[in-house]
Amino acid sequence: MLGKTANGLYWMFRYLERAENTSRLVDTGQRIGLTRLGDADDEWTSVMQSAGVIEGYDAHYDETSKDSAIDWMLRSRDNPSSVLSTISEARQNARLVRTALTGEVWEALNGCYMATREALKRKVSERDLPAVLGLIRQRTALVRGATHGTMLRNDIYDFARIGTFIERADATARILDVKYYVLLPSNFSVGSSIDNVHWETILRSVSARGGFRMAYGSQVNARDIAQFLVLDKRMPRSLNFCVSKIYDNLAYLGSDYGAKFPSMDLAEALVNRFNAHDIDAVFEYGLHEYIQNVLTSLRQLGGQIEQDYRFYE
Amino acid sequence: MSDTKIFDEMWGRNETLRDPYAGFQSWFEGEDLKRLRAKQREAEEVFRLTGITFNVYGRSEAEERLIPFDIIPRVISGREWQKLSKGIEQRVRAINAFLHDIYNRQEIIKAGRIPLEMITRNEAFLPHMMGMCPPGGIYTHIVGTDLVRTGDDQFYVLEDNARTPSGVSYMLENRETMLQMFPELFSKNRVQPVQNYPSDLRRSLAACAPPACDGPPTVAVLTPGIYNSAYFEHAFLADQMGVELVEGHDLRVVDGRVAMRTTRGYQPIDVLYRRIDDDFLDPLNFNPESALGVPGIMDVYRAGGITIANAPGTGIADDKAIYSYMPEIVEFYTGEKAILENVPTWRCSEPDSLAYVLDNLSELVVKEVHGSGGYGMLIGPTSSKKEIEAFRAKLTSRPSNYIAQPTLALSTVPIFTKAGLAPRHVDLRPYVLCSPEGVNITPGGLTRVALQKGSLVVNSSQGGGTKDTWVLED
Repeated sequence: MLGKTANGLYWMFRYLERAENTSRLVDTGQRIGLTRLGDADDEWTSVMQSAGVIEGYDAHYDETSKDSAIDWMLRSRDNPSSVLSTISEARQNARLVRTALTGEVWEALNGCYMATREALKRKVSERDLPAVLGLIRQRTALVRGATHGTMLRNDIYDFARIGTFIERADATARILDVKYYVLLPSNFSVGSSIDNVHWETILRSVSARGGFRMAYGSQVNARDIAQFLVLDKRMPRSLNFCVSKIYDNLAYLGSDYGAKFPSMDLAEALVNRFNAHDIDAVFEYGLHEYIQNVLTSLRQLGGQIEQDYRFYE
Repeated sequence: MSDTKIFDEMWGRNETLRDPYAGFQSWFEGEDLKRLRAKQREAEEVFRLTGITFNVYGRSEAEERLIPFDIIPRVISGREWQKLSKGIEQRVRAINAFLHDIYNRQEIIKAGRIPLEMITRNEAFLPHMMGMCPPGGIYTHIVGTDLVRTGDDQFYVLEDNARTPSGVSYMLENRETMLQMFPELFSKNRVQPVQNYPSDLRRSLAACAPPACDGPPTVAVLTPGIYNSAYFEHAFLADQMGVELVEGHDLRVVDGRVAMRTTRGYQPIDVLYRRIDDDFLDPLNFNPESALGVPGIMDVYRAGGITIANAPGTGIADDKAIYSYMPEIVEFYTGEKAILENVPTWRCSEPDSLAYVLDNLSELVVKEVHGSGGYGMLIGPTSSKKEIEAFRAKLTSRPSNYIAQPTLALSTVPIFTKAGLAPRHVDLRPYVLCSPEGVNITPGGLTRVALQKGSLVVNSSQGGGTKDTWVLED
């Protein structure tokens, strides 16, 4: 496989994952705003922090408002992480690696691009927002399904998966980091409505309210949420889950290529770190510091994969 | 043109259904126009989703366009095709022999059949190729011979595209779309398949592997990148052949071979099907500004380290001035008269011809020698006085840049319009593969159709569309 193709696959799936995460965050912001549990504008600020798009927003707008936040996150061409930008980028990368994709994956992605571009042609009114977000969710899920159902399990698939999980781990880590102060031991007390807002935001942002209830019951507490999102391997967006998938796919690549690359060592170290800790140790170390640490490791790992598999010259 | 009746490939000159269209007509009579209209829309949807689009240069991604597709097939009988394919094969063999001669002993010039200036003053002539014989002696591996028809048995070659002919993906996708939409048509008519083209192409390219190749040949397609207007086709062909699609920055010269950067390191390429122009191929040997090519690839090529398809310098065989010598060229190298006719051509570089052309501008088609895409040409009969006078000025200031031809009464075939079938002018581009194993011509090719009533310009850049082209099993 060409190094360029590996790079294209990696980014195609990163962007696709990012589009999904962003639309989920918009959904969360909208929902929290509607139920008026907290200060809506504050909530949009934290949503945009979680999406990593707040700096660009502040450079373009003087104040935070729901309408402009939604527009920035869904449609803006000036925001490289808006849904429209990321789906366009995913498609551009898909065109680049067209020969590595099955016809079904390409058509699902091209269809996703055409449908979202149409839906995001104009500002999305509040009335249409649920339908538009639903469409983005369905269309991206279709690409994921076609990938899962039609692609060979070879190096092409491995690079697609690695891109997906690096992006996902990054997103979950950022959501946690924006809200880490809510999860500090001093806030372990349960029940106040202010806390509920934060917890609900966190769980909605990772589409996991149902999953959390199933695994931990209906009593929400900060320790369980942290455990769930950082360490719980049943949760497909937890840091531990994502890291173990990255490791698995790097291992497949390694045995396929008959070589052990430095990126494999980095991934192994990350996996071991998650396996060695329980959540109390994480709190002891400091949740914020811990997450910052994970984000740094993920960045290093991404860079090493680029080098090992000759993504660029 | 109005005094002679135009030949229609379905109805002839006098409204009598021609044999090849009998099967189609009996199907069409039983069809409902509303259903067909829905099918026409469906076809467009299929093309958009598959991404069979072309980019308009210098525009953003929003400007990907569809080439209009017409659902009515163009039908050619097996007998008609046999004669055409014989003529094409003869012509393509002659072109390869001509290229070999021009870049080696130049017998045809010594024999006085072609003036020396035609070669030495030609921009497409590549001195780097002198004394060089590509692997297998093949210069032009992939040819698209443009044909037009004016009567029952009257075909002309309009152009020999011997550099990098495009459009073959449309030939394949048009057929694929028709098979999906109208399966019943194909059970009723026995249509010769075109689907083997990608595997034929791969085999043909592999058969031209260079001396340095010591195993199963590695083939790759070289594209200028995703912003090129024909990118879809480049990706399509690489995908269908099961080979890598590379860009210049994926390649470099390693140990005397051209190699591509893969996830496992650099891997040598044996045969490169390049879809970039000569000028951009090698910044060390040609245009130093080119970022699309591979520095040093020409040196590897000359040393037998890689096969470039088509060979650099093939353009000398297909410009419009050389075209006028094609009957002589065919005869010189094959010893036979050309089976396919040339359109009579006046070379404006010759004073007598120029005088004739200037006197008859309103009846002639005048083209630039190196022009393509239907740009920079004059179609006398459909141009205004003002346009003709403007063109006259250009022509007199640089006569050698032009050739002129009579305006042909191009045949028509039916297309589907809101009101039912309506005749439109067409041409035909069959695709030809050459290798030491022989010449392979896919039955049919790409039919381009001028969608506007009366128009003779079929180029997609100027409002032309395409059709599925059938060659029947007789």
